[in-house]
Amino acid sequence: MNGTITVNGTEMKIDFDPIDTLLDVLRNNGHTEVKRGCSKGECGTCLILLDDLLVNSCQVFAATALGKRVTTSTGLNEDGRPHTIHEAFADAGAVQCGFCTPGMVMATHSLLRESPDPTEEEIRAGLVGNLCRCTGYVKIIDAVKLASKRMREHG
Amino acid sequence: MADYTTIGKSVKKIDALPLALGIEPFTADYPLDSPLILKFMYSDLAHADIVSLDASRAEALDGVAGVFHFWNCPDTFYTTAGQGYPEPSAYDNRLFDHKVRFVGDRICMVAAETAEIAEEAISLIDVELDPLPALFDPELSTDPDSPRLHSDGEYMPIPVPYEPENNIAASLDIPLGDVESGMEEADFVVEHRYTTHQTSHAALEPHVVACYLNPHDRVILITATQVPFHVRRIVGRVLDIPIQRIRVIKPRIGGGFGGKQEVLLEPYAALATLRTGRPTFCEFTRSEVFVSSRTRHPMRVDFKMGVKNNGEITALVMDALMDSGAYGTHGLTVLSNAGAKVLPLFNKIPNMLFTGKSVYTNLPVGGAYRGYGATQSYFGFNQHIDMIARKLDIDFLDYCKKWHIKKGETSEIFRALGEGKEGVSQVIGSCGLGECIDVGAAAIGWKKKRGSKPSGPNGSIRGIGAAIMMQGSGIPKIDMGGASLKLNEDGSFNLFVGATDLGTGSDTILVQIAAEALKVAPEKIEILSSDTDLTPFDVGAYASSTTYISGGAVMKCALAMVDELRKVAAEALGVDALVQGSECFTDPESGKSFSYEEIGYRSFYAKNQAQLQTNASHTSDVSPPPFLAQFAEVEVDPETGIVRVVEFVSAVDCGQAINPALAEGQIEGAAVNGISYALAEQYVFNRDGRVTNAAFGRYGMYTTADMPKMQTFLIPTHDENGPYGAKSVGEIGINGPAPAIANAIFDAVGVRLYHLPMTPERVFRALQESRSEENHSA
Repeated sequence: MNGTITVNGTEMKIDFDPIDTLLDVLRNNGHTEVKRGCSKGECGTCLILLDDLLVNSCQVFAATALGKRVTTSTGLNEDGRPHTIHEAFADAGAVQCGFCTPGMVMATHSLLRESPDPTEEEIRAGLVGNLCRCTGYVKIIDAVKLASKRMREHG
Repeated sequence: MADYTTIGKSVKKIDALPLALGIEPFTADYPLDSPLILKFMYSDLAHADIVSLDASRAEALDGVAGVFHFWNCPDTFYTTAGQGYPEPSAYDNRLFDHKVRFVGDRICMVAAETAEIAEEAISLIDVELDPLPALFDPELSTDPDSPRLHSDGEYMPIPVPYEPENNIAASLDIPLGDVESGMEEADFVVEHRYTTHQTSHAALEPHVVACYLNPHDRVILITATQVPFHVRRIVGRVLDIPIQRIRVIKPRIGGGFGGKQEVLLEPYAALATLRTGRPTFCEFTRSEVFVSSRTRHPMRVDFKMGVKNNGEITALVMDALMDSGAYGTHGLTVLSNAGAKVLPLFNKIPNMLFTGKSVYTNLPVGGAYRGYGATQSYFGFNQHIDMIARKLDIDFLDYCKKWHIKKGETSEIFRALGEGKEGVSQVIGSCGLGECIDVGAAAIGWKKKRGSKPSGPNGSIRGIGAAIMMQGSGIPKIDMGGASLKLNEDGSFNLFVGATDLGTGSDTILVQIAAEALKVAPEKIEILSSDTDLTPFDVGAYASSTTYISGGAVMKCALAMVDELRKVAAEALGVDALVQGSECFTDPESGKSFSYEEIGYRSFYAKNQAQLQTNASHTSDVSPPPFLAQFAEVEVDPETGIVRVVEFVSAVDCGQAINPALAEGQIEGAAVNGISYALAEQYVFNRDGRVTNAAFGRYGMYTTADMPKMQTFLIPTHDENGPYGAKSVGEIGINGPAPAIANAIFDAVGVRLYHLPMTPERVFRALQESRSEENHSA
């Protein structure tokens, strides 16, 4: 099968098998910033935006994404530069091995879009689909608070 | 405290931003030229002989490049334990065997153009298995009627007891003093049995390896490993190829926790690449990680302590039975660390006996896991101390503060118990445990809350408990790390280390250590780590060794560079007595200075031309323990048995924290892993020995929704043995949650939990039993 998806603003022609997931297709086409942790939709490392919806890309057939917009961690800023959320994760000490981080960043992005100044409970609920073994989530929650503060202050 | 410029500062982790974006490559992110995909066929029987294997239909399938099994592969015995050489683990594992020993053991492997073709090929392989009786209960392993797992010439590469004929992968017998008379001196004896369970490391990145031949026919392995140099050595031995022909590169790795201290996939990828000439790629699925990689060893620990009414413990008997699973990787050393990292903590016990066995069962394989035996042992140990203190009517913390090991003291255990041989005597050079206890107790409100049993919401009852612990910093006289450093003409440096950053931030910490010695900003140093062609040797990231051992090498190496720099500056300025300044040397007389940049240009292009480069290696005769006090406040629902941790406090003495934010991160991550281990995570087996919950969704790992309020304190001490006074911090934080929570549950509802995990069902049953006992006695 083949078709087109728009990834981070760039049209991408893809060839794929019917069984391929969006995660397979993204990674096979160089978007290795989207990580594979479980392939079951249970860890959150492969979170992306499909149009404006936060989804585990391992749970979406590539065919479903045809004609749609995909945004990955590197596409949060149009010029590919780090987004305030990336910087907040780095500054808060929330990045250890970093394998979960791009997915955490995507979940944070969705959370802050809906709730720019979230309570701790909202942060916990917003990241509940993202597993991390390194940090105990402590500095990740700090990072979301820091990102929220900076985004509200600087727009 | 010394006036440092970089040490003790929370310098931002050097790879944090690219990792957050996702552009730092992990193993699976490296582009390979049409790699063959490797997939394993696994046993669905717990114990069986492979009577026949016919791969002809699979081999005939379009897109299949090879099928690998016992009858066409090297049959060398080895251990997957990525330890120093010779490894203190049984050589009881082959690439493939004519026998399978647990549900999930390897039968054979397919290399194919795609994963789908490989899966289809596996379905076409005809295997006849002859079932053997299976052994699931480690208590029965040495029973003469139990099946034997290993009887094909497996052996131990070091001279320690190994009895495969009795299913014993390792055993220990460490007597100190006379426990019989010690028990007789006691006024009372406390004796209990504690058990702990399998858990998964659950690093978010699965085990993964890529391999290819370079134009010089060398085997290049890119792999998610904690031990690149051990990988190189073990792959060379198993496949009988020269170490020289192998290059192992560790890119970023997505967490290890001990799970990647195993040389699991690399020999297979190298074998398939050598046989086919093609690049190969092998990535475990999450289910394979759960079942067919490694777990935390379950352990049954019996503690018996004789105590005088004045609080003195006159004798301690510890017996441990460790379930090694089907293979004995780390079977001796995890067992020995259950004593070695625990018993010295109460060093005034004159009579001790520590016995233990690691035994085979037809269950998934245990391995190294953060805490490494200490975690299993501390669960019982701290509950035992809590019981003793209660019996003496002394506050647990006061009791701990009186009897724990102090600076300037030693323990016979240090001398008696090492890694497969005698240990190494050491005197404690720093111990901030007393202050850890005080700071943690104040933070959680110990005095006010302990024993007060306040009601929580919905009929729940609150309680508070604590645990104290130590670990080590590397393996004394065994672990070695190397570093080299070279100057560039702009005054920057390249630092090369064999040390392995598994996400802990060790690359950043080693840069900070070098920057401090060189008196430059960390940004002036580019680090390259963990490449067996380009970097010096290092044993790898395990045994809480990197900051202490590899950091020691970096410090020596950087100080040697300072001497080299000084010589050039002295020559240039014509003055011998120079003072080291920031990125320069200064003549205090004239005020003239000569910068590192000037030194670089001079030595490259002008006078006495040379590449300034220094090397250093480091080992240690001692292993200074970090110390930690952890506190849990829990809410127990007596109607359901549900235990919720409300707040968790850690106060750690890791010596001088090189990077406080990264040190806190180690404790926070370990603590939540430990809480999750204590209350939720477990492997569920069916009667055939199959893991029935090998998926994140059914395993129970903690999420943001489950974690308690957390507070972490770093209590500064300075240990003369460590670089800039540093000790380790990587493992210790996982040891305290289980006993602190168990002690808090007792504080709340008066029942003891002797078995992990402390699930609602176990807590509920314990409450029911205590109620029925009360009714009987009423």
